[in-house]
Amino acid sequence: MERRLKMANKKESTFISMVLTLFLVTFIASAALCYLYELTKGPIAASKLAKLNTAIMQVVPEFDNAPGEESFKIDVDGGTLEFFPARKNGELIGTAVSTFTNNGFSGNFKIMVGFLPDGTIHNISVLEHKETPGLGDKMQKNKSDWSVQFNGKNPVDFKLKVTKDGGDVDAITASTISSRAFCDAVDRAYKAYMEGGQK
Amino acid sequence: MSQWKNFSKGFFKENAVFVLFLGLCPTLGVTTSAINGLGMGLATTFVLTMSNLVVSLVKSQIPDKVRIPSFIVIIASFVTMVELLMQAYVPALFEQLGLFIPLIVVNCVVLGRAEAFASKNNVISSIIDGLGMGLGFAFALTILGGVREILGSGSIFGFKFIQGDGMLVFVLAPGAFIALGYLIVLVNKINKKTA
Amino acid sequence: MEYIIIIISAIFVNNILLAQFLGVCPFIGVSSKVETSVGMAGAVTFVMVIATIVTYLLQKYVLIAFGIEFMQTITFILVIASLVQLVEIILKKVSPALYQALGIFLPLITTNCAVLGVAILAVQKDYSLLGSVVFAISNAIGFGLALVIFAGLREHLDMVNIPKGMKGVPIAFLVAGLLALAFMGFAGLV
Repeated sequence: MERRLKMANKKESTFISMVLTLFLVTFIASAALCYLYELTKGPIAASKLAKLNTAIMQVVPEFDNAPGEESFKIDVDGGTLEFFPARKNGELIGTAVSTFTNNGFSGNFKIMVGFLPDGTIHNISVLEHKETPGLGDKMQKNKSDWSVQFNGKNPVDFKLKVTKDGGDVDAITASTISSRAFCDAVDRAYKAYMEGGQK
Repeated sequence: MSQWKNFSKGFFKENAVFVLFLGLCPTLGVTTSAINGLGMGLATTFVLTMSNLVVSLVKSQIPDKVRIPSFIVIIASFVTMVELLMQAYVPALFEQLGLFIPLIVVNCVVLGRAEAFASKNNVISSIIDGLGMGLGFAFALTILGGVREILGSGSIFGFKFIQGDGMLVFVLAPGAFIALGYLIVLVNKINKKTA
Repeated sequence: MEYIIIIISAIFVNNILLAQFLGVCPFIGVSSKVETSVGMAGAVTFVMVIATIVTYLLQKYVLIAFGIEFMQTITFILVIASLVQLVEIILKKVSPALYQALGIFLPLITTNCAVLGVAILAVQKDYSLLGSVVFAISNAIGFGLALVIFAGLREHLDMVNIPKGMKGVPIAFLVAGLLALAFMGFAGLV
């Protein structure tokens, strides 16, 4: 009982006790976090890789290599594009390009475009975006099949601009800016792909 | 106060969102769908319960003047743990909730309970308080997320029951404020009736 | 040009309060009078800008340099908490008048998610130091703007006859919703 009373009394706030307490609390906290960080490092890397692989698989034909390990980067205006070559039996059958645009309705967004070796667009998936839910987010496959119109088109004779700007792409209703930005990202990937992306 | 009362007060009587108006940023920010609201609520519940537990364990060892900074460090560590664990095992949800996961650390509910409850009560009561307040918070976020999802996208927990879009405004920012405003009126009514 | 886009986007298009929901607690809590909300906005600006500079340097020269980015949350919040204390102490000594005006708001700022939010966002968006400062200042202005407009509206609300159940916070949320709707009109400016 007496001990409990003592315990209930708050420790006095002397300079040393304050410094010591703060030091101990931060020390224990950091130690615990470092331990957990080491523990989760593997799973985090694995889930990131799995996500990357799914994104690549969605946009290029079936492959049997590991595109994530053969990736290379090309610098373009305002950023870097990452290329993931997909091969089957050693032959290049397509390349997934992680590309971006800064002209989105809410800033930049990233998409993954899959090209066949001749530059034809195979498929496109959205990696991350902040476009308006219900409007701009229709570029996602699970929200609408708007982006399907790019599949099988070759930018040589398919102008990567919305119809309003004289191109061949039907914009998402009420989301011309998102659609324009989407075209901008695809166009950036296509140009870089044709200029040295076919490895 | 019985432990049941201690637990259940978080749902209606002292609901963090509807009655105390605490933790409003994540409440409005992530509730575009019921599942996001639930995920955020559960992440907060974890942090709240664990920090309540630790704070009530060490309360007598911490000098009064460095109380708040110590609490903040404790809370921030649990938030970082949630961040790491979510990145590892539920990466999709982690991306959806984004910035609001690290921001649990400045959720007034968490620091508020540590300071107002856990630093004055024993371990068991503190855990129950944390669970109750946390699940009450999760409950509020799920309801708000559900309402916004039903009205805005015509679906609930991702299950679509109306074709087409629904009233988009409820998924957008203004809808968050409006839906919460009406829900507060409703909860006030319920609380008055049961009081 | 890049900075102009940052400024317009932070103040109007992605307004920190009305579009991103950061700092809603003080928004609802202290916005019943124009005068107090101006004080709050001033205090937030002050802390937000300093915090962003300090956290930017910390992120670049400590966290990334040592490969411990996962300690971001805990480091940033500690920096902000101590900064708030420091600002409070310095203001008290240097400018008692300013302390009088901002003093009561300072302790509230530690748990204002806008400050931590902007610090994390500036790092996430990969701005330069100057870019981060511009970003912080414009977000602070955006916060202040929304807060002061809202306080002005709420002062008038007091004189209006509204249903009993809606009085106080519920009607404030509805007004905030309308204000957010109005700010959506700025979308597409950049």
